[in-house]
Order: sequence, then structure tokens, then C-alpha cells
Amino acid sequence: MSEFNLTTESPLGIFKSFCEEGKLAYQVTPSGQAVFYPRIVAPVTGETLSWNISKGEGTVYSTSVIYLKGVEPYNIALIDLDEGFRMMSRVEEMPPEQVSIGLRVKLKMSKDAEGRALPVFVKGDST
Amino acid sequence: MMALKRASVAIVGAAESDLGLCAPGTSPIDLMAQATLRALSDSGLKISDIDGIFSASTQTRYTTLALKEYLGIEPSYHDNSHVGGASFMTHVAHAMMALEQGLCKVALITYGSTQRSVSRAAASPREYNPYETPYSPFLPAAAYAMAAARHMHQYGTKREHLAQVAVSAREWALKNPVAWEKSPLSLEDALSAKMVSYPLTVRDCCLVSDGGGAILLTLSERARDLRKKPVYVLGVGEALSHLNISNMPDLTVTAAKRSGPLAFKMAQLGVKDVDVALLYDAFSINTLLFLEDLGFCPKGEGGRFVEGGRISPGGSCPVNTNGGGLSYCHPGMYGLMLLIEATRQIRGECGERQISKCEVALAHGNGGVLSSQATVVLGAQA
Repeated sequence: MSEFNLTTESPLGIFKSFCEEGKLAYQVTPSGQAVFYPRIVAPVTGETLSWNISKGEGTVYSTSVIYLKGVEPYNIALIDLDEGFRMMSRVEEMPPEQVSIGLRVKLKMSKDAEGRALPVFVKGDST
Repeated sequence: MMALKRASVAIVGAAESDLGLCAPGTSPIDLMAQATLRALSDSGLKISDIDGIFSASTQTRYTTLALKEYLGIEPSYHDNSHVGGASFMTHVAHAMMALEQGLCKVALITYGSTQRSVSRAAASPREYNPYETPYSPFLPAAAYAMAAARHMHQYGTKREHLAQVAVSAREWALKNPVAWEKSPLSLEDALSAKMVSYPLTVRDCCLVSDGGGAILLTLSERARDLRKKPVYVLGVGEALSHLNISNMPDLTVTAAKRSGPLAFKMAQLGVKDVDVALLYDAFSINTLLFLEDLGFCPKGEGGRFVEGGRISPGGSCPVNTNGGGLSYCHPGMYGLMLLIEATRQIRGECGERQISKCEVALAHGNGGVLSSQATVVLGAQA
């Protein structure tokens, strides 16, 4: 089995490198099961994982609007990607109250406060 | 796995510390020491009788060391297991094992927090998660909000149902002299309260309190010679689900679905035998999820179950008689406070909020973001 060499690379480091290329990466087990967040081995089996690039299309599994003092209300959401993994993100470019469960969304590689690539989502093409 | 024995141990002392807002400089260990001394007085035991320490804290990482030093306890056994607010139900199970095996004779489970005084951010800083933190998810509230949103979507649960949980908790709190909230709350008040993380308003979210508590356990044989009527540990069940909300498989089903049956099986009892349920209400949605997952009503029916005050004073299914984390006290991790109320209900010490003929009490703990679940069934009879 091929071992992860943590002295030269980390799962998060690889994930972030893909993000900087505008790609949302996830991992798959030998039998094709999607795994997210990135890790050094598959849960339960301990099998070696390989990297795939998501098409970036998914559905809102759940959503909330956060109301904090001194900040414009903003969205937080759990997105189920079509490849079979879930991640936390934000749906942007629409009023946060209008983000609803079941909404189809697509990836938009945005930037965080430090200018690093951050995967967020915008309203997608309905199916 | 070695099986724990039903009713092998009993709670022999139970007490809260001072609650609400403490004087500047009060430490979490001051509160634990105060609650411990009160629990000792309740039981007729003394500090030197304690030889097992069980605790967890976000403010004092080496909690058992701090207690050993502060109170001068010489523990032959100690356990700092930490799974969030359910830690203390977990500690009951672990103390039971230690007592049964003779690893200690008097087990102290204690907790204290000054999170209202020092702020939640200072008392319980969140760990950075590179896959969640960059989105500023305002945890834990937003995790529970997304569980509520999903429950509403799948089962037709309404904001009115969540508000009813808050109203019922408040009605109980008004019967508890040490509860933080002192004024009535209507459904309209709860629904129109300031939104925190949709669909949860400030009334759907627990208090931020200072406070703590302590309970003492011994083998049941010894318990019968102590000051108060023993409260027997009939069943315990623990279940872990996930750490982060993005890894919770189904936001509408908690691991209480596993911890509950474990506790009931050991207790040789069912949900119909429960006279009072103390359910970890850090957020209003919790009460609905745990009513469902512990079997008080079918999955998805929690909202309709609480309609019309069924869990309020005078209702057919009394829940959170202390006023809950929503209206009584929520010192960051709340599980121990539920065990204290369950003990007092069985002893008949609850005054105006006492349940008549309370023989069996269930205390259910939750930790993290619906992450850990632990259920304890207590009884008046071995």
C-alpha cells in the first residue's frame, strides 16, 4: 500500500493547492466511495485514497442565515455534491434568506480574507 | 465487553453551586469545590471519603489535577473524559465501572464554569477546522439551526413547535427558585425574539450561565447507610457520532437512537416507564430530536408532540422540570445539571415542580454539535 509521506505533503496542503487552481478536490476509495474531508487513509478500511476533481455541482442539504451584531446577515450551508460527498460552504450572490434546502448550486472559487482560494457556491442550473 | 450491572451503584449526594453570574475572580474550580462540599453535606460524607474524581472542563484542561490540588483529594481513580456536555453521563458509566471493580469507593462527578463572567469566547474557544472555520459558521448555534431547518423541511415541523419548547421550559423555570429567567414567556414573545441563526431565535438558544454542580456515587450496599434515599443507576448508554456538523450523516437523527436503547436495555425498562425526562436542551430543536430518538414519539412527530403544552407543567409528559438550559441555567456543558434534577425528582425534593410518584427519571446528555449522546436511567428502587 502506498503511504502518505507527511514530511513532504499533507491532505490539507494538497486540497488547498487544487483550490488555488480553481479545482474542488475530493478523495475516492478503491471501490469508488467519495470521502471528504481529505485524509491520509479511508475511514473504516484504511485503504489508500485517490484524488478526484468534483464537477462542482450539488444540492443544498441544509442552510441557515446568521445574524450577528455589526455584520450583514450571511448564509452558511451544507452542500451535497453530486459525486456523493458533503461539505460546509456558503451560497453567495443571492439574498441569504432565499437559499433553500434542495436548491441546486454550482461551485465558484472565491477568496478568503487573506486572499486564498475558498470554495463557495452560487445558484446552479435547475435540473 | 464487560457488562455493567443494573443498580450496582447509586447517587448518594447531589448539589448545584451558586448559579447565574459570579463575582469577578471566581474560578471554575471554586464552583466545583462549592458544589462538592454541598453534595458531601447532602450525603453525610466528607472530602477524605472521596477517592474517585470524574470531571471535564473547557476552562481548566487538567480538571482532575486541579480538583486533587484544590480539595486535597487523594484519588485512587480519576477520569478526565471529555465529549462535551454529555461528558457527565459518560462519567456516570465510567464511575459505575470503577466502583464495581473496586478501583474507588466514593466517586465524585463535578463541573463548573464561569463562561458568563469571562465570555463564551474566552471560556470555550473553538478549535480551528480548515474545512469549516473559513465560512464563519457561528458554531454551535448554526449547526443546531441547520438540524432544525432540515427537520422542518423533512417533517413539516414549524417555528411554533420550537417556540413551544422554549415556552414549556420557561413555565417550569418559573417554578424553580434558582432558575435564571423569572418572567413569563409567550409563544408570540418567542417567535418575535431576535433571530440568531435561522430558524433559531435567542429564545431557541440556551442561556450563557456561570455555575456548576456535583454528584457522589457509591456502591448500592453502602448507599443505603448514608443520609439520603439512594437514587439507583439502572441503566447507562453512550454513543459517539461525529466531531463536526459537516460529518453528521443525517441532521434529523442523533446517536440518542443508540444510547437510549442501551440504557433502557440495561435498566430492563422502556420509555413508558419514565416519569420525568431531562433532555439536554442547548437549543429548542434538541428537545424534539431527543423525544423522537429516545422513543417518546415517532421520528418526525416531535413538533406535533409538544403542541398544547404536553411537556409543560401539568402536561402528560413532563420534560426539563428545572427549566432547562433554555431558562434555568446553562454553564457551557450542561449534562451534570440534568443528573442533579433527575436525582432530586426521584427523592421528591423539587417543591412546586415535583412530579408526583416519580420512580424513574431519564437524564439525556448531548455534546458538541449533536456529536456525543449519553443516556442515564435513574430509579427509586433497585
